[in-house]
Amino acid sequence: MAAVTSRGQRFGRPVAILAILAVTLIFLSPILWIGATAFKPRAVATSVPPTVFFDPEVTPFVKLLTKRVQLKQPVAPEVYEAAPWWEKLVYDGGERVLKVGDEPQLSQYPNRFLNSLIVSIVSTVLAVSMGTITAYGFSRFKIKGEQDLLFFILSTRMLPPVVVAIPMFLMYRQFDLTDSHIGLIILYTAFNLSFSVWLMKGFIDEIPKEYEEAALVDGYTRMQAFFKIVLPEAATGIAATAVFCFITAWNEYAFALIMTNRRAQTAPPFIPSQIGSGLPEWTVIAAGTVLFLLPVAIFTFLLRNHLLRGVTFGAIRK
Amino acid sequence: MRWSATGTRRSATTPDGVPTTDRGASPVLICRHQGVRLAVLATLDSGSRAAARGWSDLAIRNAFILPTIAFLIVFNIFPLIYSLGFSFTEYRVSLQKPAEFIGLQNYADLLSDPAIWRSFTTTAQYVIVSVGGQMIVGFGLALLLNRPFKFKGLVTTLLMLPMMLSPAVVGLFWKLLYDPSWGPINYALGIGKFEWLSNRVNALFAVAITDIWMWSPFVMLLSLAGLSAIPKSLYEAAAIDRASWWYTFRRITLPLVSPLLLIALIFRTMEAFKAFDLPFIMSTASVETIAIKLYQMAFQGWDTGRASALAYIVLIVVLCITNIYVKYLNRAKER
Repeated sequence: MAAVTSRGQRFGRPVAILAILAVTLIFLSPILWIGATAFKPRAVATSVPPTVFFDPEVTPFVKLLTKRVQLKQPVAPEVYEAAPWWEKLVYDGGERVLKVGDEPQLSQYPNRFLNSLIVSIVSTVLAVSMGTITAYGFSRFKIKGEQDLLFFILSTRMLPPVVVAIPMFLMYRQFDLTDSHIGLIILYTAFNLSFSVWLMKGFIDEIPKEYEEAALVDGYTRMQAFFKIVLPEAATGIAATAVFCFITAWNEYAFALIMTNRRAQTAPPFIPSQIGSGLPEWTVIAAGTVLFLLPVAIFTFLLRNHLLRGVTFGAIRK
Repeated sequence: MRWSATGTRRSATTPDGVPTTDRGASPVLICRHQGVRLAVLATLDSGSRAAARGWSDLAIRNAFILPTIAFLIVFNIFPLIYSLGFSFTEYRVSLQKPAEFIGLQNYADLLSDPAIWRSFTTTAQYVIVSVGGQMIVGFGLALLLNRPFKFKGLVTTLLMLPMMLSPAVVGLFWKLLYDPSWGPINYALGIGKFEWLSNRVNALFAVAITDIWMWSPFVMLLSLAGLSAIPKSLYEAAAIDRASWWYTFRRITLPLVSPLLLIALIFRTMEAFKAFDLPFIMSTASVETIAIKLYQMAFQGWDTGRASALAYIVLIVVLCITNIYVKYLNRAKER
């Protein structure tokens, strides 16, 4: 992609440019709509016809992060005046923030978000570190049945989560790992490991063997050569692989739905479960969605030059 | 195979070549006419002198590769063997009763169950509509974008955004977009209170459209890679011959992009066959794919034995597609 962008800056035919603009807008409109909904007043979110222009407010985010109850009667003016800005926003919506002493009670969302972070980060670190050394092994040494082993590794990635979940659930029940962080971390590490091996093998294959051989001649051991020559050379690849693994773990739904329900539940099964109770408050759900999607959107931009490689498991590089 | 420490430093080893340390120096491994001790073995090529100083290449290779293989066997293959056992039994996790061996009964029941075949049919229809749509839209996008223009990198990255998002959350907000009474889609299309997600046919298309939105950029990405690799001279030659646009497209563009298109097709077919998140969130009742059926059987009906058998049927299909996929992937790699 990088090569393509640098090739000429001149405009093509205006019709094509207009079409590209239109297509981009159409593709982005669902994301823009959910982004807008997160800042809408409650009544505006489900208005007919749909509202495009409105005064944005952050009430949905305050509501997302706090526990609230309906107000039975309007709150006393002096209490309202004394309240911080975010509490006023909730009062305006006819609700009151639940508190323990002076501290507002947090909703479940921050906890689920934190679970997602813990599980994704730990499983990414594990998968990428194991994947990198394994990729080095496959890249630099002759291995009998290398193709079969690599296929075996990739095939574990292709297994449908629900298929793996059935026996894993039975085993986790015996070891009391259901609804635990460690249980999800193991599953995500296994899931990402094969991807990480394939992607890293592509990156390490590109590092000339001569670098290490020169180091070996200079008296490095193979281990020193790996840590001091290969790893720094592979840094970009490691970073890209880590971001891909993080996104996969962050987005994963099926395992999380089956294996967790409270303590270790991550955001993807939690966010849709908010709909179940009563009239869904779409602005709050949208706010939760926006916060959840934001890291992935940022990472996508960081990854832009490695996307093709990532989605083809390192097979096709540009 | 014979490696031994060179120079004056000779280290003591046990007769079978177990590494020992030499006055605090790094471990030295000496192997004399060692037979093959591990399933994964290779011959040493370069760096065998270095091997004498630190870990041997063989030791490093095994230390680097075996943990991953072991991890995958323990957490992926062993569970599958475990559930293969259950697939021949009548067993429910929810009951205290031990598993009872019933041979191939589960498989026979499943293959004669019309509900299972209905799920397979739904899945097949979903695969055709959604993957077909992705191929057309994705390749179309690639043809449109395969020209120099300002902010090309930015536009391409923005278009990639949908496929990086969580399908569960995407399904959720498309549900909002599809809402019959106040959803923006019905309003934009001016089709009143069209019920997108209530009946089987509509829901299949609705979920497929969401999947097309998510994954057309994937096809586009691969197609763009293929398109940009076509030598410009071919088009110049065609222009000199006054070849029509259609002829150029059919004889130059399509054949040269097709290896990558094929990879996209196989990969998306495999993923769509496994579809769970999107249809589950958007419309469980109407679009009952085989993965959803499996989930319901295993985790709502708790029919563990039968679900294990169904899991195996699904597994075999997926492994077949994976096999084909890897074959084409390796072929593309060699180019």
